[in-house]
Amino acid sequence: MKKKIFIIIFLIFGLTQNCYAYSSDPKQFITEVVDETKKILVGTNQKEFKEKKLEEVAKKTADIKGIGMYTLGKYRKNLTDEQLSKYEMLFEKYFLKSFSSRLSDYSDPKIDVLSAEILNPKYTIVKSVLLSTKKKPALQIDWRVYTKNPEKPLIRDLIVEGLSLARTQKEEFASVIESNNKDINKLFDALEEFIAK
Amino acid sequence: MIRKFIQILIITMFLQSGVALAGSADSEELKGSKSKSSANECFEGVSRAIFKFNYALDGAVFEPVAKGYRSLPQGLRKGTGNVVDNLRSLLTLTNNLLQGDFRGAGSTAGRFAINTTVGVFGIFDPATKLGLAESQKEDFGQTMGVWGVDSGCYFVLPILGPTTIRDSVGLIGNTFLDPVYQITHNTEISNGVVGNGNYSEHNYYYYRGTGAIDFRAKNIESFNSLENNSIDLYASVKSLYLQDRSKKISDLKTSTETLSDDDWEEIDSN
Repeated sequence: MKKKIFIIIFLIFGLTQNCYAYSSDPKQFITEVVDETKKILVGTNQKEFKEKKLEEVAKKTADIKGIGMYTLGKYRKNLTDEQLSKYEMLFEKYFLKSFSSRLSDYSDPKIDVLSAEILNPKYTIVKSVLLSTKKKPALQIDWRVYTKNPEKPLIRDLIVEGLSLARTQKEEFASVIESNNKDINKLFDALEEFIAK
Repeated sequence: MIRKFIQILIITMFLQSGVALAGSADSEELKGSKSKSSANECFEGVSRAIFKFNYALDGAVFEPVAKGYRSLPQGLRKGTGNVVDNLRSLLTLTNNLLQGDFRGAGSTAGRFAINTTVGVFGIFDPATKLGLAESQKEDFGQTMGVWGVDSGCYFVLPILGPTTIRDSVGLIGNTFLDPVYQITHNTEISNGVVGNGNYSEHNYYYYRGTGAIDFRAKNIESFNSLENNSIDLYASVKSLYLQDRSKKISDLKTSTETLSDDDWEEIDSN
C-alpha cells in the first residue's frame, strides 16, 4: 500500500514537474532548446512530423503571445477585443508555421551556445554560433530571453548577425497595414494566406 | 567623370528634396521609430516596381549563376572569395582612415600586406591565423554615416538593390576612393605609374561581379527562407537593409548594443 502511494505521489510530482521541463538558467535553457531541436531535425526525414515536433517545442519555449503583441506594434492599441483574439489566433498559427519551416531546412545544425549577458531583470541575451558548413558561413545567433518569471524563461527574439527577426516582422506587418489604408483586416488576410500556403 | 559625378549629385539632391512629399505615403511605424535604423520612403511605388524587377532578374540570372558557382570545389570558391575580399579591403582601408579609425586601418593594411604576399595574391588567408582577424567591411556610405550624415530616404536601385540617399552617394564616392577602381580606370596610372594595359576597366567589373556572386552563393538558403516566410518581402528586405547599415555605421559588435529595450517595454505576457 505504502509503495502504491509512493508511486502515485512520485507520478503526480513527476508530471507536474514535466509541464515545464527546462532549466531556469537562460544559457542552460537555450542549450536545452537547441539540443531538443537538433534531436528532432536529426531524428527523422518526415517533414510533416518534424514540423509538428518543432511546433511543440516553440509552444513551450517561445513567448508567442508577447512576440505577437510586439510585432503588431502601436496598432494593437486600436483593436477591438474580437479583432485582438482573431489576431492572436492567426499570429500563433503564422508564427508556428514560420518557425518550423525555417528550421526544418536544416538537417543537422551545429550550434554552440557561448555565453549569456543579463540586460536587466526582464531580459538576458544568450549568445550562440551556428557553425559553418561546406556551403554556408558561420552565423552569430543571439537569443533574447524573457526572464520576468525567473522560473520560466521564454524566447522573445532571435538576432541573427545583429539583425532582429522580431523587428523585421514588426516592420513587415506595419507595412502591410499602412499600405492598405491602416486596415487591420488586410493583415489578417495576409496571415491567412500565409497559413494556407 | 567629373561631369557624370555632378549629374548624379544633382539627381541625388532632387531626390532628397522629394522626400517631404514622397514620405507622406510611408509607413508610420517605419518612420516613426526613434531608432536610427528607420527611413522614409523616397517613392515607394517605383521602388516596389524596381524591387519586383530585381527579384525576377535574380531568379533568372543571379541565383542560377550562384548555384553553378556553388558547385565548384570548395577550395576554389574559398580562394576566389579570399582574393575578392583582399582587394575589397583596400576600399575598407581608405574608409578606415576617413573615419579616423587608425587602429582599424592598421589592421586592414596588415592583413592586406600579409595576404597579398604570404597568402599568394590573397588566395589564402594567413593573416587570420596570425591573429589579425577580418574586420568589418567599410564603404563611403558608412563613412558619411560616421560623420553624422543622415541616411535620407530609402529606395531601390535597379540591379544594385536597396539603398538610401546617403548610401547611393556613397556608391559614387566608393569609385573615387577604391584603389582597385582607380588602377583599372585611371589611364594616367595605368600608362604611367603602375604600368601596363593589364589593368583595364573590365577587370574591375569582373572583380565586383565575382564578389556579388560569391555573396549570393553564400546566402542562397537565407534568401529562400526569407522569401518563403515573408508576407511582404519588400518590407522585410527594407527592414534588414536598414538594420544592417545602422549596425555597421555604429560599428556595433553585439546584440546588446544594437537592440533597445524600449520597443519591448510595454509587452508583459507572464
